[in-house]
Amino acid sequence: MSQPVLEVKQLRKSYGSEVVLEDISFSVPVHTATVFIGSSGSGKSTLLRCINLLDQIDDGSIVLDGEDITAVDADVDKVRRKLGIVFQSFNLFPHMKVIDNITLAPMKVQGISKEAARENAYKLLDRFGLHDKAENYPDRLSGGQQQRVAIIRSIAVAPRLLLLDEITSALDPVLVNEVLSTVRDLKIEGMTMVLATHEMGFAKQVADEVCFLHHGKILEWGSPAQILEAPAQAETKEFLKRVHEAGRL
Amino acid sequence: MGRPSESDSGAAPYDFGGEWVPSQLEIARRAARKSRNIRNSIIAVVSSIVVIGGLALIAVTSPGWKSLSDTFFAWAYGVEVLPKIILGFGTNVTLTLIASTCVAILGLSIALVRTSRSPALAPFRILATLYVDIFRGIPMLLVILLVGFGIPALRIQGLTNNVLILGTIAVIITYTAYVAEVIRSGILTIHPSQRAAARSLGLSHFQSLRYVVLPQAFRRVTPPLLNDLVALIKDTGLVSILGVTDAVRAAQIASSRSFNYTPYVMAAIIFLLVTIPLTRFTDRTLRRSIERQNATGVA
Repeated sequence: MSQPVLEVKQLRKSYGSEVVLEDISFSVPVHTATVFIGSSGSGKSTLLRCINLLDQIDDGSIVLDGEDITAVDADVDKVRRKLGIVFQSFNLFPHMKVIDNITLAPMKVQGISKEAARENAYKLLDRFGLHDKAENYPDRLSGGQQQRVAIIRSIAVAPRLLLLDEITSALDPVLVNEVLSTVRDLKIEGMTMVLATHEMGFAKQVADEVCFLHHGKILEWGSPAQILEAPAQAETKEFLKRVHEAGRL
Repeated sequence: MGRPSESDSGAAPYDFGGEWVPSQLEIARRAARKSRNIRNSIIAVVSSIVVIGGLALIAVTSPGWKSLSDTFFAWAYGVEVLPKIILGFGTNVTLTLIASTCVAILGLSIALVRTSRSPALAPFRILATLYVDIFRGIPMLLVILLVGFGIPALRIQGLTNNVLILGTIAVIITYTAYVAEVIRSGILTIHPSQRAAARSLGLSHFQSLRYVVLPQAFRRVTPPLLNDLVALIKDTGLVSILGVTDAVRAAQIASSRSFNYTPYVMAAIIFLLVTIPLTRFTDRTLRRSIERQNATGVA
């Protein structure tokens, strides 16, 4: 088997005396999706921010394509070019049109010409049914459309790994589906992904591996069927029961 | 009338073309609203006439009115000295243009230094903070006197004694401190998530500033910066203390020659002709910026 795209080894993260993540180890093979589930405050978002080097880790290491990105001499800007992240709150640039949001990084970071960047952006917008929104400002779009633009923006730089941080949490239920189907399409096309989500049905569909995060530790991991239908740990059962009661399964 | 007539609409089961006719209740409401508006307008006009007319009447009939109007509103004399005052005002305009350009560049630099976290810039950060603290806290008149009379007193070879240049430098020193703080506060109001999004796309620290943070920050601080521009135009009049013949100085000369204060009034009117439109423009910009921020709903 070829080397995994991402390998996290004994990662530890704390804010002051509060330990947020402890002894986190997992690996993500190419073309697969690893989904993190767990209640709010279990450390899912922090984990994704650590992988993207937006937060500093306290111990352990993160290896991307065989290269330790937490090494002393790692080039942060270079690492981030290989990673895409989509946030819960979209974080589109409000002063730029949709098309400029998407072409900014390809032009300024990768040095692609304006024409080529726009052509590629239009291709992506076409594919996800947003062609007619290219010249609009983000505030003219629905939440679902904004989040899909945010996804397009992060894949426009052709990242090796896409991180998705509870990308549907800020959307109303009707809009959730259009965003999830975009992610499903990406999965089919072979994008390697790490996701944090509360959508269990979605997790079941796209995940190759599901990890249950509890108080900063990976308590249980395995195939979606195994974790979501026949969990071994009492905490996992309890969590899924509560999710089920909330009508999210 | 683009609507098809009864005959050619044929067997259409529904008629969506019917014209909306307001209900009786709505008609009554509109009438009530209209009469209330008319009544309000009448009250506003009458009370304005009574109050403003009353004040004018009191002024005009007061025993000192004659000497007041002779001293301040001698229009014939005012028109006579007007060309000199306008010529002086040209100095104010030039000074404003030069100063605002320099202030914009220096203010932005200081704001960037103060918001940076680079360890190499640490000494500059300290100096910038010190500079802002000092020059925001000293009356501008004092800075003008210190620079305008103090620097020539040093008798350093090669330094200018030109009061116009020294006065301009003093204005720039003071306003840079204000403007740097306005821009810095604008930078700080941009939510960290915007920078995180930019950095996560691989943009460098400088690129994030240049393409994401600063454009948004400038939109937010445009109204207060325009406000400072209005203040700057007025404050250029302070350099007259150094003997620069600007509008204020020209008025002073004309007034001391005749012991009549009309030239001052003329100078004031000239300043108003520029500052009032600019103030209106600032108000409109502010209103638009608030509307846009409400529409975007971005924190």
